[in-house]
This record gives sequence, C-alpha cells and structure tokens, in this order.
Amino acid sequence: MQIIKRVGASKKQIIIIRLIAIMVALVASGIFIVMLGYNPITVYSNMISGALGSKIRLRATLLEMIPLTITSLGILVAFKMKFANIGGEGQILMGAFGATYVALFMDWLPEFLVIPVMFLVGFLVGGIWAVIPAIFKARFDANETIMTLMLNYIAIQWITYLQYGPWRDPELKGFAKIANFPQYALLPRVFGIHIGLIIAPVLVVFIAWFLRRTKRGFEITVVGESLSTARYAGMDISRIIITTMLLSGGLCGITGVIQAAGVNKTLTMNVSSGYGFTAIITTYLSGLNATKVLFVSFLFGVLLQGGSYIQSALQIPQSAADVLQGMLLLCALGSEFFVQYKVRFSKKNSVSSEVK
Amino acid sequence: MNKTVYVDMKNICKTFGVIRANHDINFSVYKGEIHGLLGENGAGKSTLVNMLSGIYTPDSGSISIYNENVNIHSPKHAIELGIGMIHQHFKLIDVLTAAENIMLGQKDSFFLSTKHKIKSIENVMKKYGMEFDLNKKISDMSVSEKQNVEIMKVLYRGSKILILDEPTAVLTPQEIDKLFIVLRNLANSGCAIIIITHKLNEIMSITDRVTVLRQGETISTLETKETNIRQLTELMVGKPVSLSIDKVNAERGKLLLSVQNLTALGEHNVRVLDDVSFDLYEGEILGIAGVAGSGQKELCETIAGLYPVEKGDIYFEGENIVELSPREIIERGVSMSYIPEDRLGMGLVASMDMVDNMLLKDYVNQPGITVNRKVARDKAERVKERLDIQAPNVNTPIRKLSGGNIQKVLLGREMDASPHLLITAYPVRGLDIGASYNIYDLLQEQKQNNVGILYIGEDLDVLIELCNRIMVLCNGKVTGIADSESVTKEDLGLMMAGESLSSLQKEDEQCKL
Repeated sequence: MQIIKRVGASKKQIIIIRLIAIMVALVASGIFIVMLGYNPITVYSNMISGALGSKIRLRATLLEMIPLTITSLGILVAFKMKFANIGGEGQILMGAFGATYVALFMDWLPEFLVIPVMFLVGFLVGGIWAVIPAIFKARFDANETIMTLMLNYIAIQWITYLQYGPWRDPELKGFAKIANFPQYALLPRVFGIHIGLIIAPVLVVFIAWFLRRTKRGFEITVVGESLSTARYAGMDISRIIITTMLLSGGLCGITGVIQAAGVNKTLTMNVSSGYGFTAIITTYLSGLNATKVLFVSFLFGVLLQGGSYIQSALQIPQSAADVLQGMLLLCALGSEFFVQYKVRFSKKNSVSSEVK
Repeated sequence: MNKTVYVDMKNICKTFGVIRANHDINFSVYKGEIHGLLGENGAGKSTLVNMLSGIYTPDSGSISIYNENVNIHSPKHAIELGIGMIHQHFKLIDVLTAAENIMLGQKDSFFLSTKHKIKSIENVMKKYGMEFDLNKKISDMSVSEKQNVEIMKVLYRGSKILILDEPTAVLTPQEIDKLFIVLRNLANSGCAIIIITHKLNEIMSITDRVTVLRQGETISTLETKETNIRQLTELMVGKPVSLSIDKVNAERGKLLLSVQNLTALGEHNVRVLDDVSFDLYEGEILGIAGVAGSGQKELCETIAGLYPVEKGDIYFEGENIVELSPREIIERGVSMSYIPEDRLGMGLVASMDMVDNMLLKDYVNQPGITVNRKVARDKAERVKERLDIQAPNVNTPIRKLSGGNIQKVLLGREMDASPHLLITAYPVRGLDIGASYNIYDLLQEQKQNNVGILYIGEDLDVLIELCNRIMVLCNGKVTGIADSESVTKEDLGLMMAGESLSSLQKEDEQCKL
C-alpha cells in the first residue's frame, strides 16, 4: 500500500470525497443505532424533521446557529493568524459576565443605552480574556494553546464563584442563581428569535470584508503565513497579534452577551454550553472562510437541535446523538486526508512485471 | 577499466499527479567510476536517486543492482543492497564522536563504543584511504571532516554504491579538491559513485561519465573527456546559451552605504558578525563570498533592521540607520531581496498570488484603512511583463510558479520600488542556467541606474565576473575586500578559509623575490 500526495484534486473529486465521508458516518452511526435497538432511517428522518419540521423547531435550530456563527468568526480571525485560540468558552463566559454587570448593576444608565453598553463591555471583557495570552505570546512566545485553554477554567470558576457568592440572587432563597436581567436588558426579538439573527450575518459580512479588504486583515494573513516575511515587510507583529486577539476574543464575548441577554436571560454556565469548542470544528470545516462559516454553523445547528429532538421524541439518550455528531466530525475531518493524499494498493513486486 | 555494472536503471517512469518527474530514464553506473548526474532544477535528478535509495518506487521500469533485478521498497532495503546516500545536510549528532556516529543505528550490539568495532572501522578506513580522527567530537569538526564522517558512515554499512547530493555546496575550493581526492580513492577501491551537481566545472574535473537529464528525460550519457562545458550546457538547457556575463561599466557614484565596526551576536553570544567594516558606492556591485553560514545572512538582516546590532554603525546616505525600524529603513530606499534556504521563507508569501505579494511593502502607504488591489494588480502586471514571468496570470498563488519565476517576482517587486540600495542574497540559488543569467542581467541594469548592490553569492566564478569588488567573510570576520579584476579564485578560497588578503599579498611578494 502506498500513500501518494495528491496534486491539485479537482472540485468534483473533493465533493465526491466529502459526500463519501458523510455516507460513511451515517452508515457507521446507523450500525450503532441498530445496536441500540432503533431503526436508523426513522432516527435520521426524525432528526431532520426535529430540526426543520416546524416553525418552532426551525427557530430552535437557528438559536443554535447564531452563537456558533459568531464564535466561529472569532476563532477564525485567530486561526487566520495561526493563533490557536482554544479559549472561546472562557471568552464567551467573560463577555457574558461583562454584559451581566451592565444589566444588573449599572442601573443609573438610561434604559435605551443599556443594550449597546452591554455589547460594548461584553466585547471588551471577552477581548481582554484573549489579549492576556496574546501579550504573553507576543512578548515571551508563550504557548497560546495552553494559555487560552487554562483561562477557560479560570472563567468557569469565576462565574461559579459569582453565582454562589456575591451575585447570588437573595430573593431565591436557598437556590444559587444570579438574578434575571430586567426587561430593558433583554434583546429585542425578530421573527420570534432575538436580534442575534440579524447580528450574526452582519458580522459574517463584516469579517469577510475585514479580512479581504482591510490593511489589518492583510497583515493578519501575512503574519499567519510567514512571521519572517511579516517582519521583513516592516509589520509590527506584537501589535498585530494583540489587536487581532482583542477582536477574536471580543467576537466570542458578543456571543456571551447574546446568549445571556437573548436566551438565558441571566448569567449561568449554560451561556457557553460548549460553543467555544464546537466553533473550532465549524471554523476548521469552513476552511477559514467567513461566508462558509454561516452555512456550516447552520448544519451544526441542525445536528444539535435534531439530536436533542430525538432524545425527547424517541427516548434515545442524548449521548447517542452525540455519537452521531462525533462520527460525522471524525469522517469530515478524516476525509481531509483523502483530499490531500491518495492511497494506492499494489503488490510489492508489481513494478518489474509492469515493464513492457 | 573494469566494466562491471553496479547500477542499471531501465525505462524508469515516475509521475506525481500530472507532473512527469521521470520519463523513460535509462541510467547505469559501473564499478569504479564516478558518474555525474547533471540537470537543471526540476530535471528529475532527485527523483531518480530517491528511487535508488528506496524513498520512492518507480511507476514502471526496472532497476538492477549488481546485475540482479530488484525492487527497492524502502530506504532500509537500499542500505541492505549497499546503496548509501550522502545528503547535502549532514545527519550527525554533534555531541558524539566520529566513531560513535558511524556506529549509530547499527543493530548488531547494544553498546556503542567497543574496541573491536573501532578496529573494524579503522580497517574500513584503511581500505579506502580515508583519514580523520575517530575520537573527535562532531562539534569540533570542520565541514569537510563532517562530510568525511558521513561518507564513512555509509561505507561502514557496506555500501558499494555512493550517491552524493550536491556535496560541494558547503565547501571551500580547497576542501572541494580534498573531497575529490577522497572520491577518486573510493572509486579506485571499487565503489561506484554518483554525484549530483549543477556545477559544470566540477563535472569536468571529477567525473568519468556524465548523464544529462532534462525535463525528466535522459538526454545523453557521455564520456567526460569527450565533452566540454559548452556542450553539456546546451544538452542541459536544450538550446545554446551564452555563458559569459557582459560586465557593464557604470560610473562609480558617491558613497551610499558605510558599515563600520559592525558586530552582532548569535546563539550563545557567539559573534556572528565580528567588527565588519566596508563601503559601498552607487553604481557598484559589491560581492560577498564565504562558506555558507559565515555571517552573510546576519549582515543582510542587520542592514535591513531585522537583526539586533551589538556594536557598530551603518551609515546609509550619511545617516546612521542602526536604530531604525525595518519600516523606516524601507522608506529610505533600502530594498532587500533575500532568498534564504527556504526560498519562500522571507520576502514572499507562498500561498498568496502576485497581486498580494506586491502589496506586502506598499499597503502601508495606501490611503484609508482598506488595501487597494487595483494598484497592486497594475504593478504585478507590469513586473510580469518586464521580467517575462511565466505564470498563468497574476492571481496564481506563487508557490505554483517555478523557482526562477518566484525569484523574478521578488526581484521585480524590489526593483519596481526603485531602491537606492539593493541587497540580494543568493538570488540564483536553485535556478537553472538561463534564469540565472537573466537575473545577472537585471542586476547589471540596476547597477547602470546608479543603484548600489550588495550581492551575496556562492559561485566564485560568477562573483568574479559580476562584481566590482568582492568582500570575503569567514566566521563573521572580513578577511579581505578584493578587486575582482585582480583576485583569483584560489585566493578567494583561502580567504574563505580564514587567511587574510594582506597575508596572501605578502606571500605573493615573497614568491616574486
């Protein structure tokens, strides 16, 4: 067996490889579902109808898509610079923390200003959470993967502390929960969903434009491709890393604001619920393309919502839906290998026999 | 001559995707001969020897070693067959001795240094007439000693067929002579030696036969003594090529760059530049010669503001630029086209197209917060036209272009900025002959436009022909600045090895007396 580098796979080949990967994932998960005692066809069709089958279900799917899209954009900006931002979770939580402070404790603000200030503060606090590792990276070349990851745990513990300590709502006796946001701090609604439905696509267009058209976007790409070329061109690399991470963490922070003020109506651990990690996958699958992020996030929304639907409709444990999700990811990422390489099976001694 | 065939490759084909790396290649090597493998970049030399050393397997065709049909399926198998590859970059462990390095990876015993193994290495050395100290640590060895250890390593494994990939790139002329004596000894003791190079004079002086490859095909195999450099060049390039640099005379203008007592530190505070001083005038090409890693890279980078200066001054048009940032230096008209080991490592971004690569230095000065690709596209089209860059269009990612064309993109961009000082490091590395001469012409054109050029080169013949003066670096020190009209290649070689120009001149005078 030989593994050969594929030179310039055609678009058609790539599509075929991707489709095969999805088929493989569905078949493999199907076997698993059969072993659980269900009919895979029923399960799959239930997932689809559970995600898209009615207005309410579609709304639930979109509610998953919005945080995934915005977080992915944040991750994408960092990945474009080859900065491994694994800290989306923490940045989301810190953004939500900033927004919560504005919503609950800055009651001297005029009501119409509360939501804009929440977004601003959420962006900054989320951004700062990403700027910390960026400074260490720029000044001391510290490993950003470890630092962003560790900052997640600090953020989680910080929110837990607030929830059980100083920010605990005294009116809910005995139940540790932070108070709900006042009405004026909740996001306005459009089409039965919160305003994030508009914010997310606007941000997609903005980031696509930013990366492609602006000087800073150009710098980010160059720094990501070759540090020494960036230096050679006279770019201030430290400044670029730090400001880019402010944007990256800030976008994740906006996710936090939206989840807190649009979905949870308060600050809880559920604000992030894994979007920071899932977004890494959606970003990667989108091939670092801002426009594609929107579509990939929608597909993931379908997967997440469909998964929780079959749980209630068919009494299939949530973990079974997670298995399907994992299987799809594994195959999608694994198929990259076949886009890059092809495998040829040949017997060891076939070479001489091929001589004419 | 004994004509036992050691290697016989017949009708070898190898394709990578759509690229035909080797097509119907026939190549044979006799026992006791030194066989040169000649060809431009991308002619298929490496692919061919990689199939001999088991890294690739041919798509079709047959290989026989010692008259026996074989299918070399792995590097390990190649070693078992007695095929040894000596790479350009040594694979030795610095902290171990020569003997330990040679024994490393042999599976017969667990411990490294045993008396009888040293004895057996000494026997092999004696057999082939090799000489170096087995107990010396690699870190204390010179480049050519290290190369001998590499050769010994494959000999000790019983190799009879030696493949050397561009072995002379890292050596001074004197060391090259020594290497050739070693190789001739090996051939006389019954080895077959394949040497890959693109330096024609080396082919002429060392090989018995030479096989010329072009675009993946065997063009011809010739007896070296029946051919000449001109014929080999024509075979290699496929058309007659003029092999002389017409040195244009430009008026030497005013002082452009004055480097004084420049010192810079590298790892472990070693002085990578040690008290370097020189002047460069407008309309002059100053060549820099030296064995690889003598401080050339650091010299370029200190002038461009990319490497910290420990001590000393760099005056550019009368102004000290030592403390300035790279961007400020660029703005003053210093341009650097730097081709490090990895061609695309600095200066260009491989995944970007010509348009974006043109933007690299210009985007800053554009108005507003957005980049203007229209201007860059015009520039790319202009550079493509002017330098005759072979690319489907200006939107092709430059990593898909050939080495020569990538080089032209870089040089073209730098020249388009009409710099006052152009620093070019290894601008022809990896380029074929035609493309190289193209680059020399472009540089001379710049010189005529009153640009001062710092040319860091490898090929001493070219340095002598192209440059007005040549400065030689050895371990970061300047061993002399010679006038290219009067200096000889041998003198340059001695200076590269550390002798100073003044001591050489003294010797000359003594000889005359």
